Amino acid sequence: MSWGASDLTVRFGAHLALAGVSLEALEGRVTGVVGGDGAGKTTLLRCLVGAIRPDGGEVRRPDPHRIGYLSSSSGTYPDLTVEENLDFAATTYGVPPEEARRRMAEHLERTGLAQARDRLAGDLSGGMRQKLGVIRAMVHRPDLLVLDEPTTGVDPVSRADLWWLVARAAAEGAAVVLATAYLDEAERASWLLALDEGRILAEGTPEQIASGVPGTIHSASARPGGPAAARSWRRGARWRVWTPPGAQSVATDGAEVVPDLHDAVTIAALARELGGASTGGEAA
Amino acid sequence: MWAMIVKEFRQLRRDRRTLAMMIVLPILMLVVFGYAASFDVKSIPVRVIGPAAERLAPALPDPFEVESVDPSAGRSDAETALRDGEVPVVFLTSDTGVTVLLDGSQLFIATSTRGAITALAERAPQRVSVALEVLFNPGLETSAIMVPGLAAMILLFVGTIITSLGVVRERQAGTLEQLAVMPLSPTDVFVGKIAPYFVVAALDMTVVIVAGMWLFDVPFRGSVLAFALGALLFLFVTLGLGVLISSVSENQGQAIQLALLLLLPQIMLSGLIFPLSSMPPGVRWIGYLLPLTYFVEIARGIMVRGAPMSALWPSYLYLAVIGSVVFGLATLRFRRSLAPAERHGRRRPQPALEGASR
Repeated sequence: MSWGASDLTVRFGAHLALAGVSLEALEGRVTGVVGGDGAGKTTLLRCLVGAIRPDGGEVRRPDPHRIGYLSSSSGTYPDLTVEENLDFAATTYGVPPEEARRRMAEHLERTGLAQARDRLAGDLSGGMRQKLGVIRAMVHRPDLLVLDEPTTGVDPVSRADLWWLVARAAAEGAAVVLATAYLDEAERASWLLALDEGRILAEGTPEQIASGVPGTIHSASARPGGPAAARSWRRGARWRVWTPPGAQSVATDGAEVVPDLHDAVTIAALARELGGASTGGEAA
Repeated sequence: MWAMIVKEFRQLRRDRRTLAMMIVLPILMLVVFGYAASFDVKSIPVRVIGPAAERLAPALPDPFEVESVDPSAGRSDAETALRDGEVPVVFLTSDTGVTVLLDGSQLFIATSTRGAITALAERAPQRVSVALEVLFNPGLETSAIMVPGLAAMILLFVGTIITSLGVVRERQAGTLEQLAVMPLSPTDVFVGKIAPYFVVAALDMTVVIVAGMWLFDVPFRGSVLAFALGALLFLFVTLGLGVLISSVSENQGQAIQLALLLLLPQIMLSGLIFPLSSMPPGVRWIGYLLPLTYFVEIARGIMVRGAPMSALWPSYLYLAVIGSVVFGLATLRFRRSLAPAERHGRRRPQPALEGASR
């Protein structure tokens, strides 16, 4: 079963938050939505679950009983315990008590929350609270699981736990849509949508996006001068310089590099900024 | 320090509502206390009955104001009129003297009447005997009228402040959006949200009344069922007010401010503390708009005087009407804050194109 959105447009007053964005969420697949702050990730996700109504476009979503949603503001009650939070969700979604208990126990055990089941959610660390939020969102085995930046501000160990939950939900057949600001993490998604200022920058599998970069990239120890300065960015201790197809290449002191997802998304943003066409595995 | 002062002023300027409250509240207090806060009873409506009624009525000096004269009525009519709250004082005349019957649930009027009668008796001809009889609350105990008032105040506090805080907390924690996309109808959320407060308020009120009866010998003369119905209607109003406040407040601070703005005039102008009859008409009409006025009327009427529902029906009717209005508005606002259409507090002008098609 496929859910998603076609040609979504959302305006907040004069600000265009989403401009013609489409997304397909396939059963059993993790679709990542990447982008910086203000790119439109949250707006897209909120449209998808029905929290806001778009100005244009169409949303295909299952019945509310079959949606799981973790909003960016955690969505757990700080004055309820871990178990009470999950109880509330399970009852609301009509999960049989026996099954709810079994799933709860398994997920809490696997993500290291079992000892915290009687603690108030408000007393949990940020990572634990996010794990609780995801477990809560998937307690009813939803058809569409939408998670808004579940891993932001979470330590690597908890992040691994969170990804276990995400993979688990997908394996159970959910169409998972997950927003993240981290590109390294986005590589774990099987399909990616890169957003920038409410528009699609690139779309495809992480490999497709990385291999779809037009032109060449070179490594350099310092930022080049001239027009190439606008096409260079820092990566770790060194610089990367992008030469679009047809442009005159700049001599650097480094070798040509094979672009990864990070490079690809950066170049897509650069290309837009410099007035070029958007790039990507599948042109948006 | 200067930087701190500037920062504080900037923040204050952003918080328009607090600023407005700081200006409005003192003015409101001035009006309420200045005009309404008075224990002096300037006019006492009375009914004069019995064979000598027509002779006595024109002779009654201020502060008595004769409301009606009925020579054919007797003592039992007087008691009924007092019990039903038609009038606070009845002059029961006979050929030999006058018996003044007072409604003890109207403490200040009763006290003032007693003073005026004492003065009057001194001037009265020797052959006329003047007797004074206080009904329902013969000792003119303050507790007898304050306990029913307190019960009303509890419903007001729990219903308005606590409920508004509970709903705003949900908004502040960011969980309201979560609820909006869960398979819960606005009615589910609304009823689920207020049901616990309803139960707590009802329990709270019962405890106060029972404790009042036990500790202060406060009477409960009327029907418990009639009282419960009045409380239910009043709770309906206050819970609606609470939800209404929460729907226009961004945070708990704002909710408390607004709730206070609604509670203060109710407590001051409802007749709970200061008698309505001693307020100037310019302020008194506000009192007659406030729901607490009517529940205080019901609570005191039933508990202290044992008034039947048939005598108090205008109060029930008013509570039912205002309750429906407030509750209706609250439900509407609440639905809007849960509806996907709402963005930045505005309704979407165009119909949604989205569908839930599978």
